[in-house]
Amino acid sequence: MVATLAKRTAFYALVAGIIVIAVFPFYYAILTSLKSGTALFRVDYWPTQFSLANYTSVVSQGSFLRNLGNSLLVAGAVVAISLLLAVTAAYALGRVRFRGRSLLLLTILSVSMFPQIAVLAGLFELIRGIGIFNTPLALIFSYMIFTLPFTVWVLTTFMRDLPVEIEEAAIVDGASPWVVITRVFMPLMWPALVTTGLLAFIAAWNEFLFALTFTSSDVQRTVPVAIALLSGASNFEIPWGNIMAASVIVTVPLVVLVLIFQRRIISGLTAGGVKG
Amino acid sequence: MTDLTVADPPAALQRRSHVNSDLQAQRVRSAWVFLAPTLLVLALVAGWPLVRTIYFSFTNASLTNLSGAEFIGFDNYLSWITLKSGRTIFRGLLADAAWWNAVWNTLKFTIVSVSIETVLGLVVALVLNVQFPGRGFVRAAILVPWAIPTIVSAKMWAWMLNDQFGILNDILLGLGLISQKVAWTANPDTAMIAVLIVDVWKTTPFMALLILAGLQMVPGDIYEAAKIDGVHPVRVFWRVTLPLIRPALMVAVIFRMLDALRIFDLIYVLTPNNAQTKTMSVLARENLFDFDKFAYGAAASTMLFLIIAAITVLYMWFGRVNVGGER
Repeated sequence: MVATLAKRTAFYALVAGIIVIAVFPFYYAILTSLKSGTALFRVDYWPTQFSLANYTSVVSQGSFLRNLGNSLLVAGAVVAISLLLAVTAAYALGRVRFRGRSLLLLTILSVSMFPQIAVLAGLFELIRGIGIFNTPLALIFSYMIFTLPFTVWVLTTFMRDLPVEIEEAAIVDGASPWVVITRVFMPLMWPALVTTGLLAFIAAWNEFLFALTFTSSDVQRTVPVAIALLSGASNFEIPWGNIMAASVIVTVPLVVLVLIFQRRIISGLTAGGVKG
Repeated sequence: MTDLTVADPPAALQRRSHVNSDLQAQRVRSAWVFLAPTLLVLALVAGWPLVRTIYFSFTNASLTNLSGAEFIGFDNYLSWITLKSGRTIFRGLLADAAWWNAVWNTLKFTIVSVSIETVLGLVVALVLNVQFPGRGFVRAAILVPWAIPTIVSAKMWAWMLNDQFGILNDILLGLGLISQKVAWTANPDTAMIAVLIVDVWKTTPFMALLILAGLQMVPGDIYEAAKIDGVHPVRVFWRVTLPLIRPALMVAVIFRMLDALRIFDLIYVLTPNNAQTKTMSVLARENLFDFDKFAYGAAASTMLFLIIAAITVLYMWFGRVNVGGER
């Protein structure tokens, strides 16, 4: 009896430890963002102050709102384009048998394993060459390298598992493949589309290397780059309060999305083995 | 868990398609039409830039003069001249101590971080595999580090690891584990530890969720049988659970490994200009865009690509991981 009680206590202590470690840094960022003045530089474990000064300062100065808009625009466009391309590609790869299908799938998957740095020099040349350097288009285009393989992969797996009868009935009625995709499959695929769309959105929202390299002016940056480059008057005056406020603003929508769509995200992650 | 193989389309469809070969031909034609945009985009965004990067690595291209690049063979990788005195001077990436330092840093980071993440991920997955009240809450909590952008987590931790005002020093001092405040991110001895702490915090959830998916595929009656036979739980774990989740574990490890090998943003933000944490990606980008040694950076990028490709092939070969392809 005592042994099981000890075991249960140890188990719940472990559970509590996991929760605290997972959530504490975010909690501490919120705590810091709500402090102002000298209180910032005092270590507190519990909320002591509720000041929105950091928030107003980060939103009013610089181009933070513009950066938020850029991030939203880029991530939204990336999701829309990659889903559109991936649905048709997934139909071809999941429902039609043709030579070279496995090889194609493997090639597409291997693109997602590419180190981004390996294409950076070539992409830089291309993006400058077609004149989209320092525009959102440069980011929308380059982000396809990681969202497209993943969405194609997950949607292919999903489409393959749909029953054959629904498609047959449409084909017997003389429906073209395009009609089959838009009228028959699309309505069934909403769960998969939401999951992959969310994961693609998060990946695009969080991306840093391309955003850092392919934009050069403050107003064209996305939020991760803006936060990374947020600095004070000198190296020794890092505006921690502002950085924490900006971090919270960027992260809260993601955390809310993740909590709402928890199950979908987990199933999408495990189905695609997508990177975090 | 991850059923990474994609089987043929349902057999019934195939059979009937053969009856009407016109229909099959039409389907194949439209399949290629549907695939074309995706393949075109991938060729443009991945294939062509990769080819160009490799090409640049054999030239003397500079950031300001990309089009005037001249072919110089393997000079960016290795070249040597013999002086009159008989001394040979080697130049190029393969003779560059900074490059080998970056290779070593990357490998060290990859091996240590992936090992820790695998063990901790396994622990978290085993906890989440137990039915207990509040399980959904724990699962939600561990998704938080995963969802936070890497740059944001780097900044949040940079603040917590701050030498003067950081909470981590406060906690460790309070516990008596350190006697004076540590400059985690600036000190050469602790910079790599700081990077590892943040990376483990951020990516263990991903590992845990992949392993959990594998754990949930293990049929419950195996545990029942082992319990009835009186097998010790630890023995059950090593003899039953671990072999059964091995495929899931392998896939999770390889995804994490490929990710760790190309790490850039965390190090760029958390410990900039620190030789102890400079990885291959950081070094390559620095040469490409900051040092005006574009071709040299392209050579470093190409080497990183080759190293990652080689490790992937080796790992898949030895681990016999079937990622994609036929059943």
